[in-house]
Amino acid sequence: MHLVYPAVLAALLFSIGVYGVLARRNTVLVLMSVELMLNAVNLNLVAFDAWLRDALHAGQALTLFTITVAAAEIGLGLAIVLLVFRTRGTADIDRLTALGDPSEDAEDAEADTVLKGQAVA
Amino acid sequence: MNLALPVLVPVLPALGAAATLATGKRAPGFARPLAILPVAASAVLALVVALQLGTGHSLDAATRLTPTGGPDVSLALHLDGFSSLISVLVGLVATCVQVYSTAYLKDDPRYPSYAALVSLFTAAMFLVVYSGDLIVLLVGWEIMGICSYFLIGHHWETADARSASLKAFLVTKLGDIPFLFGIFLLGTDAKSFRITDVLTAAADGRLGHPTLIALLLLAGVAGKSAQFPLHTWLPDAMAGPTPVSALIHAATMVAAGIYLVARLLPVFLLSGAALVVLSVMAAVTMVGSALCALAQDDLKRVLAYSTVGQLGYMAGALASGDRDAAVFHLVSHGAFKALLFLTAGVVIHAAHTNSISAMSRMPGLRKRVPDAYWTLAIGLAALIGLPPFSGFFSKEAVLGAAEHAANGEALTNGLGPASAVPSAAGWIVLISASATALLTAAYATRLWLVAFHGPSAAPATAEGVPYSPEIDEADPAQAEPHAMRWPLWVLAVPTMGFGIAGLRSNWLPALLDGGSLRPSAATAVIGTGLALAGVLISYAAWRSATARAAAVTWPAAADRVPEQAGPPAVETIPADPGRILLGPLFRPAQHGFFVDRLYSAAFVGPTVAAARLVRFLDREVVETYVRGAGTAPRMLGWVVRRAQNGNAQAYLSALLAGVVLLTVLVAVGT
Repeated sequence: MHLVYPAVLAALLFSIGVYGVLARRNTVLVLMSVELMLNAVNLNLVAFDAWLRDALHAGQALTLFTITVAAAEIGLGLAIVLLVFRTRGTADIDRLTALGDPSEDAEDAEADTVLKGQAVA
Repeated sequence: MNLALPVLVPVLPALGAAATLATGKRAPGFARPLAILPVAASAVLALVVALQLGTGHSLDAATRLTPTGGPDVSLALHLDGFSSLISVLVGLVATCVQVYSTAYLKDDPRYPSYAALVSLFTAAMFLVVYSGDLIVLLVGWEIMGICSYFLIGHHWETADARSASLKAFLVTKLGDIPFLFGIFLLGTDAKSFRITDVLTAAADGRLGHPTLIALLLLAGVAGKSAQFPLHTWLPDAMAGPTPVSALIHAATMVAAGIYLVARLLPVFLLSGAALVVLSVMAAVTMVGSALCALAQDDLKRVLAYSTVGQLGYMAGALASGDRDAAVFHLVSHGAFKALLFLTAGVVIHAAHTNSISAMSRMPGLRKRVPDAYWTLAIGLAALIGLPPFSGFFSKEAVLGAAEHAANGEALTNGLGPASAVPSAAGWIVLISASATALLTAAYATRLWLVAFHGPSAAPATAEGVPYSPEIDEADPAQAEPHAMRWPLWVLAVPTMGFGIAGLRSNWLPALLDGGSLRPSAATAVIGTGLALAGVLISYAAWRSATARAAAVTWPAAADRVPEQAGPPAVETIPADPGRILLGPLFRPAQHGFFVDRLYSAAFVGPTVAAARLVRFLDREVVETYVRGAGTAPRMLGWVVRRAQNGNAQAYLSALLAGVVLLTVLVAVGT
């Protein structure tokens, strides 16, 4: 089998994963898209391993390793999503912006107090 | 002679001051003995030292204090007749003042620090008098300056006292800077800071720049001894407690400048120009201050201006080349002026006002303070120069010295040739001193008449709350405590008797340079005649003023708000002979001929304007840069913070875009 088939398939899978990660709003679906990207990479690894006829089968070994890591990662990720859903009542990734910069209004108010402090001083 | 005695004289009050400061808070009961005993012990020791030294001897001892690379600074002691005489005066006055202060500042919460400063001041004055080294002398000189600053500002609750203390400090420092350079130049020329070496160098003609040195030193002397044009601080210094005025601003500190010139007179004799400058300074000071004194309403300011004038007499004697006469007048003036100030303190204490016009409206003040009444009369008689009080003899000595100098035969007593003193200096001093004798008599008479002999027919309008910057410690209904009365009589004794000391050549003159201090016939007649004329003119003016005041209907005067309105300088004296005598000069004289206003226009104003300019540059120019340096990173931070919106997908999109961009770039690049 020609190498181009698995390579194109992997590229398609990866692109779908990227789209899912960047565009989906549900956190669970984002995690699933991450899995898609990982599996695209796995597919590449196996394909190139077979094509290169590697005596040590490093590609396949690495694939097994990636699958293990991905399993652990998805377990951890789902646990976090579950906890976030329980505390916040939503798993919408667009609304989980607590770690970002405070909103514009709060910032303006803060700047005002700083200026006032200077004027008083 | 045992060196420990003269060393102890300045050390004891300094230790007393340290002990008073250390224990003042915790054990206020010790403050009084700690204030009086060391100073009194020093006074006794100074007398013992003077007696042991005897006449015609001098003692020098020195130990090297520090090598400087140039002339060494040494801890030197120089005792001679001048230092003996003045140290005894300082000891006497300081002891009287400390005793007097215990009663005058009885309930003052800051009495311990006050007493400590007076002790420290006394120690510094002893150091100046005994020091044989110019640098060590300068140390005492500056300690006196700072003590004076603190003591003038004793009532620092009042704005007057604060500004007066600052003014005194700044004006005297203004003189001290040239003074310091004068000492440096003197030390460099003579290759030593020891006064004996300096005088030897002056005698050998080894001083390269005598005129420059003398003029630089004169600046410091003018500052310390309140001579024109640096005299303005002394009248304002009366914001301090009255005993301080007696000690510092009459008897001792202001005399330090005169004493210094007397010690270094051979240097001054090398420069005729410096002597003429000194004589002009003295003449302007004498006449101007006497005119000012005639117009003042504040009892202490009258005395302050008279101090300035009497210091002018001493400076005049020095300009005539006769330091015996100058020191003679210094000592007699120290005694009678301390007496006058302490008396003024008693009167102010009793009348609760500084204003002599308010006193004139106070019935029975004469009977309230009989001691002060009589001792004030004695002090004023000495000030006028009526025989046989001490002021007569010392003033005649000054006039005699000026007369000799005017004739070209100055009484330099072997310090230099008589021709060293320009006769112009003698004439300037002689004429101004005669004029001042007349004016002094006039203002002294005016003071006495107005303060104590007010028209008894006048209603007592001074029953309100009279103005006085002093804190009232005692109940005015009670007589003054003993501690405030007997120092007056102690000081009245030298005021009455000290003048005789100059009569015989083996008494006082033997202690000094040996010149005659006898009043000569011509000057004695002229001086006494002028003084009597002044007294009579003043009395006549007072009589006519009183008659005119009595004619005025009194209710009009009673209507106006009296002393609360402000300092008494602005109010008019009902029967003031000064107003009649001075005529149109009265208002300028009342304000010190506007010298203060001139200075504030010429020096203070530009300085304040420069300070404002600097403040503007700092606030508006420098700070703009600083603020700009802060604003630019702030804007940058604001932009970067926009990216931090908390949306993980946005971050990842940016990441992906970056990766794609880099990949494309790498691909295109290779």
